[in-house]
Amino acid sequence: MTADIHAQAHAHGQAPGPGARGGHVEVSDGDGWTTVCPVTDLIPGRGVAALVGGRQVAVFLDRDGAVYAVDNYDPFSEAYVISRGIVGTRGGIPVVASPMFKQAFDLRTGLCLDTDDEPVALAVFETRLRAAVAEVA
Amino acid sequence: MIESSPTSIPAGSPATSRKRLVLVGHGMVGQRFLEALFDRDGSDAWQVTVLCEEPRAAYDRVHLTSYFSGTTAEGLSMVPEGFMEEHGVVLRLGAPAESVDREARTVTARGGEVFPYDALVLATGSYPFVPPVPGHDADGCFVYRTIEDLEAIEAWAKGSRVGAVVGGGLLGLEAAGALKAMGLDTHVVEFAPRLMAIQVDEGGGDALRRKIEELGVTVHTGAGTQEIGVGEDGRAATMSLSNGATLDVDLVIFSAGVRPRDQLARDCGLTVGERGGIAVDATCLTSDPSIWAIGECAMATDGRVYGLVAPGYQMAETVAHELTGGSGSFTGADTSTKLKLLGVDVASFGDAHGTAEGCLEVLYANSRAGVYKKLVISPEGKLLGGVLVGDAAQYDLLRPICLAGADLPAAPEQLVLPEGAGGPVAIGASALPDAAVVCSCHNVTKGAIRAAVTDTGCADVPAVKKCTRAGTGCGSCVKMLTTIVNDELVANGAEVSKGLCEHFEHTRAELFEIVQVRGITSFARLIDEHGTGQGCDICKPAVASILASLSNGHILDGEQASLQDTNDHFLANLQRNGSYSVVPRIPGGEITPEGLIVIGEIARDFGLYTKITGGQRIDMFGASVDQLPLIWKRLVDAGFESGHAYGKALRTVKSCVGETWCRYGVQDSVGLAIELELRYRGLRSPHKLKSAVSGCARECAEAQSKDFGVIATSNGWNLYVGGNGGMTPRHADLLAADLDRETLLRTIDRFLMFYIRTADRLERTAPWVERMEGGLDHLRAVVMDDSLGICDDLDELMQRHVETYEDEWRATLDDPDRLRRFVSFVNAPGTPDPSVTFVPERDQIRPAKPGENGTTLPTAGLIAGPTLEVRTS
Ligand SMILES: Cc1cc2nc3c(=O)[nH]c(=O)nc-3n(C[C@H](O)[C@H](O)[C@H](O)COP(=O)(O)OP(=O)(O)OC[C@H]3O[C@@H](n4cnc5c(N)ncnc54)[C@H](O)[C@@H]3O)c2cc1C
Ligand code: SF4
Repeated sequence: MTADIHAQAHAHGQAPGPGARGGHVEVSDGDGWTTVCPVTDLIPGRGVAALVGGRQVAVFLDRDGAVYAVDNYDPFSEAYVISRGIVGTRGGIPVVASPMFKQAFDLRTGLCLDTDDEPVALAVFETRLRAAVAEVA
Repeated sequence: MIESSPTSIPAGSPATSRKRLVLVGHGMVGQRFLEALFDRDGSDAWQVTVLCEEPRAAYDRVHLTSYFSGTTAEGLSMVPEGFMEEHGVVLRLGAPAESVDREARTVTARGGEVFPYDALVLATGSYPFVPPVPGHDADGCFVYRTIEDLEAIEAWAKGSRVGAVVGGGLLGLEAAGALKAMGLDTHVVEFAPRLMAIQVDEGGGDALRRKIEELGVTVHTGAGTQEIGVGEDGRAATMSLSNGATLDVDLVIFSAGVRPRDQLARDCGLTVGERGGIAVDATCLTSDPSIWAIGECAMATDGRVYGLVAPGYQMAETVAHELTGGSGSFTGADTSTKLKLLGVDVASFGDAHGTAEGCLEVLYANSRAGVYKKLVISPEGKLLGGVLVGDAAQYDLLRPICLAGADLPAAPEQLVLPEGAGGPVAIGASALPDAAVVCSCHNVTKGAIRAAVTDTGCADVPAVKKCTRAGTGCGSCVKMLTTIVNDELVANGAEVSKGLCEHFEHTRAELFEIVQVRGITSFARLIDEHGTGQGCDICKPAVASILASLSNGHILDGEQASLQDTNDHFLANLQRNGSYSVVPRIPGGEITPEGLIVIGEIARDFGLYTKITGGQRIDMFGASVDQLPLIWKRLVDAGFESGHAYGKALRTVKSCVGETWCRYGVQDSVGLAIELELRYRGLRSPHKLKSAVSGCARECAEAQSKDFGVIATSNGWNLYVGGNGGMTPRHADLLAADLDRETLLRTIDRFLMFYIRTADRLERTAPWVERMEGGLDHLRAVVMDDSLGICDDLDELMQRHVETYEDEWRATLDDPDRLRRFVSFVNAPGTPDPSVTFVPERDQIRPAKPGENGTTLPTAGLIAGPTLEVRTS
């Protein structure tokens, strides 16, 4: 999971400026790591979509600097839009709200917090930061 | 009830042996009777036939005048869809009953059809009294009772310059207001020495007269109409008054009182009152044990014929009970009234003329402000009645107190004084006793409303309305109702938490104040100092909107970018398959052929689906995020700018062509619409804002369904606010009439800023206006008379908005940093999203449904013709 990487990310609540300690966000689909983007490209509280081994993955950075990756497919609207949702917390749980019909998903487990019946979950992906050296232009 | 009568129904009698019930007259009370009947167990004992004289089923006569301001006949209808079918009612339109044979128990309708009955209910209402003066039946003379009457008046008014209303009562003034609004020079002629003589006393009459004259209506009191002079063409031309005056007129409306329609009853020998009205007992039974009479045609046991709808409704309930094995009674009713004339507040209740023994009067009169208030108090200090002119805000509170015989919440002298002069600051619903009737149309007490919340478990106002019907009649009690419901919810410990979400305990309005007063410019600081946690999809966009309303920075810069909903984030509208739609601004709906061609070319080149929107612009669907900047580059180059269709912001200001082209128009509605749209474009608000401008009272632009709407008059502009279409439609309220352009702009500026400042998150102007304490009067006082002393501030905020507006899309295109987000995949720019696919339909594209084999559109960089095969036929 993501815990080990958080410590390296950014100071509380600050957008990583050009000089911030950077690195590249990588996501694993189980078969290997795919580079997504420099962490400085992520806006805290927002997400991006990435192609990871042919799958669409939504990658988020929260205000505390934690990076999460979940499936980009929204099971409720059947569209690939999760990456465009707003990140926040609900009862302390980090969540993303689907931009279509606003269901909240736990970013750590992918579990939807807004269904009463059958549990619904997004697949979660492991993430890590790889130190940037000269790659960032 | 008479026990042995063949009409007494054993409860629960089987539907197979149904008895025949004939209702004569399908007006307001008739329909109410049907509803009350079918609400009750035991109604299935009856097979109901309704004979309706008018060509349409029951409609809301009380709001008849709104027909002139655009409410349609359908809008006035009182019959829920499918109602007649559901209850198996046979409804005969245009089929008045012509005779009743009580021996045979049959009714014969026009055309000769005979209807047998076991029970007959007469609800024939009344007819307008036309004094038999010479010329009263000339062309151009009308009465004011039915939709057909109003249609005829409207048609005639088109060729008329001067109109006169005979009768200065409640209805006459309403009719005069309508003539005035249609642009006629208007006279009111009243025989009595003052207007509304039945309801108000002399002092009130004086104040009222000044108010009516301020509207531009000429008032003649103590003057009888002696003759209508008829021209050679058979049209009314002059009107001679008993005081010697002669008026030139083109149109006359008689509104000199009504008379019960009791002819049918007379002809078959039922007992009628000396001055008319079918005599009934306390159960509304006539002198025939199978015939009941209700509404304006009936004379109650107190010898009175009630010309108001609420007593009629009580009679309807009574008979519905009687016919379903229950019992009811009607022995008399309250005749409190409130005038429904824009800009003129008049109300009277209880013993308004102070006729009770030993009663005392407490008076406040201020002719400068046009206010007159009188309370009639018993020697023991109970409120017996009152007259309120110029400021009737307390009517909702005082009337129920008076009727319930409750103690006054404050000394009477305090109650009549204006606010700020020792008057009551906040005497609210809590002052009302449980027995007080809050909704008089449906006779619902405060106790019943509280019970609906506490015992039945209604959790909000709509639920209470549904359960008790309170507030569903004339609607004047809705404000009071809302307060009572909320108080009760709070008293029950219900979470009526005003906080925005779990991260902020403040309301949106409070956060707005905090942000403004402390000069906070970031969400991070606001949540660190005034909230908890990280925020969520509720508070983030709400705060983003507040920040945008106050500081006007680009919404995609810095931290603000992370707060926006996806629509704002991509400055486009997310559609069901993850694609976006694009709407350039077309101010006022006015567009050049060149503009149309550019939009057409862009849509064609990117293969987008196009549709004309309800807001008079063009929506292009099917764009991927990668395409958005390319599409907008071309739009901006051609001079278009963002239409903010994606934002909680001003959408469009619709307009009709107005005076420039339309032969009825009296002002340049397009010009004003464009000015308004350019002034308020980009203004971020708690919810979307819609507007429209119509060039005359015909209202083709539907301005009264908008958050702010403007209708041209021959003297300027009328401003309406708080209208809404959509799921809960609401007609806008007239905030001010006949404004010049400058005052109009200033008033809208303040209205909008006051709304932005105080509304809840995602609260449209309609509910905001509705829940405003002090109602429309308060709103008017704030934005027109600066009663809160905040107008300078509001003006300044709007000025800043106007001065710092910039087109969001142009600014985005100019900044590579802002542009970077417009890729489908951050690690594969240029790769289209393979999940966004389309199929052809009716010569355009539409999103492919799951399982359908669609095609992706060409993306980034490619500008090509449509790649989809389209049908050509
Ligand atoms: C412009 C206007 C404004 C008003 N404002 C208010 C207000 O603010 N507050 C208030 O309390 N009241 C108001 N009223 C009065 C209110 O509309 C009446 O009290 C109410 O409509 C009475 O209902 P009703 O069913 O008894 O009569 P109506 O609504 O008049 O219905 C009677 C129906 O019976 C039909 N009929 C008559 N004879 C026959 C027959 N032989 N066969 C078949 N059908 C027949 C008539 O055509 C009519 O449709 C207003 C009225 C008008 C005209
Ligand atoms: S509202 Fe506009 S279009 Fe309609 S009649 Fe009046 S001026 Fe003409």
